[in-house]
Amino acid sequence: MSMTMTQKILAAHAGLEEVHVGQLIEAKLDLVMANDITGPMALPIIKQMGGNVFDKDKVVFVPDHFVPNKDIKSAENAKAMREYAIEQKLTNLMIQGKCGVEHAILPERGLVYSGMCIIGADSHTCTYGALGAFSTGVGTTDVAAGMAAGTAWFRVPSAIKIYLHGKPNRYISGKDVILHIIDRIGVDGALYQSMEFTGPGVAELSMDDRFTICNMAIEAGGKNGIFPVDDKAKEYMLEAGVKEYDIYVADEDAEYEQVVDVDLGAIRPTVAFPHLPGNGHTIDEIEAGEKIYIDQVVIGSCTNGRMEDMRKAAAVLKGHKVAETVRVMVLPATQKIFLQCVHEGLVDIFVEAGCAFNTPSCGPCMGGHMGVLAKGEKCVSTTNRNFVGRMGDTEALIYLASPETAAASAIAGYIANPEKVGGNH
Amino acid sequence: MNAHGTVFKYGDNVDTDVIIPARYLNSFDAKELASHAMVDIDPTFVERVKDGDIMVAGKNFGCGSSREHAPLALKTAGVACVIAKSYARIFYRNAINIGFAILECDAAADGINDGDEVKVDFDTGKIVDVTTGVEYQAEAFPPFMQNIIKEGGLVNYINHKKG
Repeated sequence: MSMTMTQKILAAHAGLEEVHVGQLIEAKLDLVMANDITGPMALPIIKQMGGNVFDKDKVVFVPDHFVPNKDIKSAENAKAMREYAIEQKLTNLMIQGKCGVEHAILPERGLVYSGMCIIGADSHTCTYGALGAFSTGVGTTDVAAGMAAGTAWFRVPSAIKIYLHGKPNRYISGKDVILHIIDRIGVDGALYQSMEFTGPGVAELSMDDRFTICNMAIEAGGKNGIFPVDDKAKEYMLEAGVKEYDIYVADEDAEYEQVVDVDLGAIRPTVAFPHLPGNGHTIDEIEAGEKIYIDQVVIGSCTNGRMEDMRKAAAVLKGHKVAETVRVMVLPATQKIFLQCVHEGLVDIFVEAGCAFNTPSCGPCMGGHMGVLAKGEKCVSTTNRNFVGRMGDTEALIYLASPETAAASAIAGYIANPEKVGGNH
Repeated sequence: MNAHGTVFKYGDNVDTDVIIPARYLNSFDAKELASHAMVDIDPTFVERVKDGDIMVAGKNFGCGSSREHAPLALKTAGVACVIAKSYARIFYRNAINIGFAILECDAAADGINDGDEVKVDFDTGKIVDVTTGVEYQAEAFPPFMQNIIKEGGLVNYINHKKG
């Protein structure tokens, strides 16, 4: 029986020769992750299941959402999680100042890689599909059970094939690609399904582009997003210190519910308007309308806080000033990326342009801290969600965009076309 | 198991950020969370909802963040079940895992009005709109979920397996 890439990984982890769509399986987990919102809530549940993790190498707690601690309650939660990680002698301790945002730090540390079966109590856990892993978000009870038992049940998903071809234009990045796709298929267009990216266009996308694309598979309702493992992925894993991994390849005659044909060369800078990630508009449509003046720009997050994102934003901002009344928050997603920004002189560019350069955190993305929006404020953000109240007041408006569009908008003071501002990278 | 209550009706894509905004997630105390349920799209929900009431919505209910705080907030606020056209998959799992009943039924999601009095039989999936007199049939829970529910949720299910 032919299988998709996702189905092959699930079959292997369930100890089965093959699986079919809709089959319920119990799969062995290679990594289980939670953060400082979902992790502390999991601790009392793990206690009810015996109290110990199934494997100290395969459980990770990442403090990133309300960390650096935004208030006393958050501090207590982060403390409980940290103390448990220390008590359990977890191999991969994540401590503020030595880690970063979960979906950037795990790949960077080589903790996630091709062929793995991963769950995380964060919806953007689907990010690791960029490396050819099956990885999906779950809630607190599922993650607690996964941490205690090392297994999880899944319903084998059907899949959508996203056939990529062509070459993206200079100011087009993974963010434009995924916003374009979600605009086309809708915020529930891949509900319960895998999004399997394939085609000659894959080679034209950097690893950071692929992380961004898989990261937002959930915004189309997807169970997971996954890319085939090519030389770029292998090079990334080698650099992250991964020595051994399994590569799964979809059968040529694997069944897909639908095929979405994406010409990367035809994609325009794309912005998702309030209040859904599927509410995409091209920069050309935006330029044809009235200017949308903005109050804040956020460049960072598990979606767009990686090195390439920093470089692209800095290239646009170099030699420019942020519009007089606009506030810009730049948050590199890990300490390593932070330091690299220092070494490459990007921090100089950001600060001289008038941006606040911050420690890694998820803070502003979910209205937690470090950039919460007031009533009526408009924000261009490289994050992943523009729901009502997501970044603060329910009457704030969030426009999701690429780092380059965000940087161009920061300079202009309204949503602007990066092609017209320029910058070399 | 049954539910009998007043309907609170919402649209498509009710996301977990509006069910329980992230600014309240510095606590996972169920009562604390419940006191903020739905505040961003329905500020008077918490004052109006009574034990046993029913939420009706369109497609992709519970999309967005994986926070299990969302079904917990609704359940603790008194909502007996949700009837929607479809659910985001993480919300679906979370609801089952904490023993919160959710039913899928397109016709009921379209036909039932805000404020209607509705009865639901979880075992059979039968939904009766007492106000309009219209009956609907949702699919009852599939067997594997009945097993998890029989064990009293995923926690007990895992404990049982570990023996």
